[in-house]
Amino acid sequence: METMNKITWKEKLLGYKKDPFSAFLLLLVVLSAVITVGVLISLIAYIIFRGVPNITPELFAWKYTTDNVSMMPAIINTITITLLSLVFAVPIGIFSAIYLVEYAKKGNRFIPVVRLTTETLAGIPSIVFGLFGYLLFNIYFGWGYTLLGGAFTLAIMILPLIMRTTEEALLSVSDAYREGSFGLGAGKLRTVFRIVLPSAVPGILSGVILAIGRIVGETAALLYPAGTATVVPHTVMESGRTLAVHMYALLNEGFYINQAYATAVVLLVLVIGINALSAFIAKRVGVKE
Amino acid sequence: MKEKAMQWVFLAAASISIFAVALICFFLFANGVPAIQEIGVFQFLTGTKWKPSNELYGIFPMIIGSIYVTAGAIICGVPMGILCATFLAHFCPKKLYKMIKPAIELLAGIPSIVYGFFGLVVMVPIMQNLFGGSGKGVLTASILLGIMILPTVIGVTEAAIRAVPSSYYEGALALGITHEKSVFFTVLPAAKQGIFAGIVLGIGRAIGETMAVIMVAGNQAMIPTGLFSGVRTMTANIVMEMGYATDLHREALLGTAVVLFVFILIINLSFSFLKRRDM
Repeated sequence: METMNKITWKEKLLGYKKDPFSAFLLLLVVLSAVITVGVLISLIAYIIFRGVPNITPELFAWKYTTDNVSMMPAIINTITITLLSLVFAVPIGIFSAIYLVEYAKKGNRFIPVVRLTTETLAGIPSIVFGLFGYLLFNIYFGWGYTLLGGAFTLAIMILPLIMRTTEEALLSVSDAYREGSFGLGAGKLRTVFRIVLPSAVPGILSGVILAIGRIVGETAALLYPAGTATVVPHTVMESGRTLAVHMYALLNEGFYINQAYATAVVLLVLVIGINALSAFIAKRVGVKE
Repeated sequence: MKEKAMQWVFLAAASISIFAVALICFFLFANGVPAIQEIGVFQFLTGTKWKPSNELYGIFPMIIGSIYVTAGAIICGVPMGILCATFLAHFCPKKLYKMIKPAIELLAGIPSIVYGFFGLVVMVPIMQNLFGGSGKGVLTASILLGIMILPTVIGVTEAAIRAVPSSYYEGALALGITHEKSVFFTVLPAAKQGIFAGIVLGIGRAIGETMAVIMVAGNQAMIPTGLFSGVRTMTANIVMEMGYATDLHREALLGTAVVLFVFILIINLSFSFLKRRDM
């Protein structure tokens, strides 16, 4: 909207003088925005300033010992668990979204049920996921603490996020593409995989990257299914801690505050990078959330 | 033929989320409910003593603790979140918006363990200096959780404010009141339902938060007596003792998770209900 009658700063100020209540309201909203951003900046700045001097080469040694408190095994485990969870969650999430957007007919009874359960799934706290994973994989299947159990638990946790972002991405693909494809004689399946899905890739990708961010930062859901072993396990059926769990363990033991600072820096930098990447991809192709 | 087969594959994938929720409910209830029955529903929910070594399992202090801390988070976070969302929707210049919006999304992406650490090394010492005592307690946890739910509240509220037809705002402006008053007295009331949905979602986040709360709440299993006394939430109860608990103690912790889960289900359902009515 274009403003037709321009008001000068002086007139504006005069208006506020006559109406102090409006000025007060303005002050409130500006202040709250300043505080919100201020909290974020001070959190990041504090952790970076205190943490960076604590980052030493020995923190990245290949093997963890109680002397070097290396976070390298935890970083490797984080990558393993992230990849494993994505392998399970991404295809299932994309396929469900395809069903909801492309196949289900309007008024399908099944859709509200799926929506309700996805919303429920999105609202379940991570500690409940963690307990569920522990009860199912560690106890019921008898696996004990395993990376695979942790990855399955996280896959269920990020499923609603992947479903939602994929759905939005698919919905934002213009119907003209589908009609054009059908008009050329392509079947439904071909249209979905050759036409609709490729144009939705950026939106899906930014959702997947957000999911990676959640996996990297997750503690409570991994503590019980995956355990806190400090090694890089030989197979996925053994226990291992991710970076966030590593940080929790350090704080819990209480002797390693400096190393915890360094871990916090690595976690923060990872999460900021992941968020920026997701925003970058989403913006580049103009997919709006 | 391939078409039909793939349609079934897609349908199966869509059913997995339903299956997952059912499985989670089943495993939690099947493992937690027997313990609640053994201890006695009434004894479990209203007992004020949690002493696993004496076979006393009353989670009333933890229920109260969760409610206190959540209420505190709402008091700290919601007004701020609504004001901030108002700023983003109606006061923020476009250029500034492009910088603030990602910052708030980043706030949502920071891991809870990092929030907890920040609370532990920054907020707890500040509280110690200001009010004495340990610095851990209801107030510290409430403020930290208030910060953590900000992005949730801001996101939902901003969307609700933007969904209000601009004719409301323009009409108010045309009647001669200021920009600020038009926004606060016509647009915000019209977005009421959506704002409530945001608050409910924030409640869900706050009550389920574990790793941040455990760092700053003090975790004494007693009913808190004031803003500065230590408090243990249901989530903290589970994380702190699950590692070494056995037999009935372990099952009582799963029972705590069942109670937490029921709380969450009620909150989620009311959120879906509010959202549907809003549409």
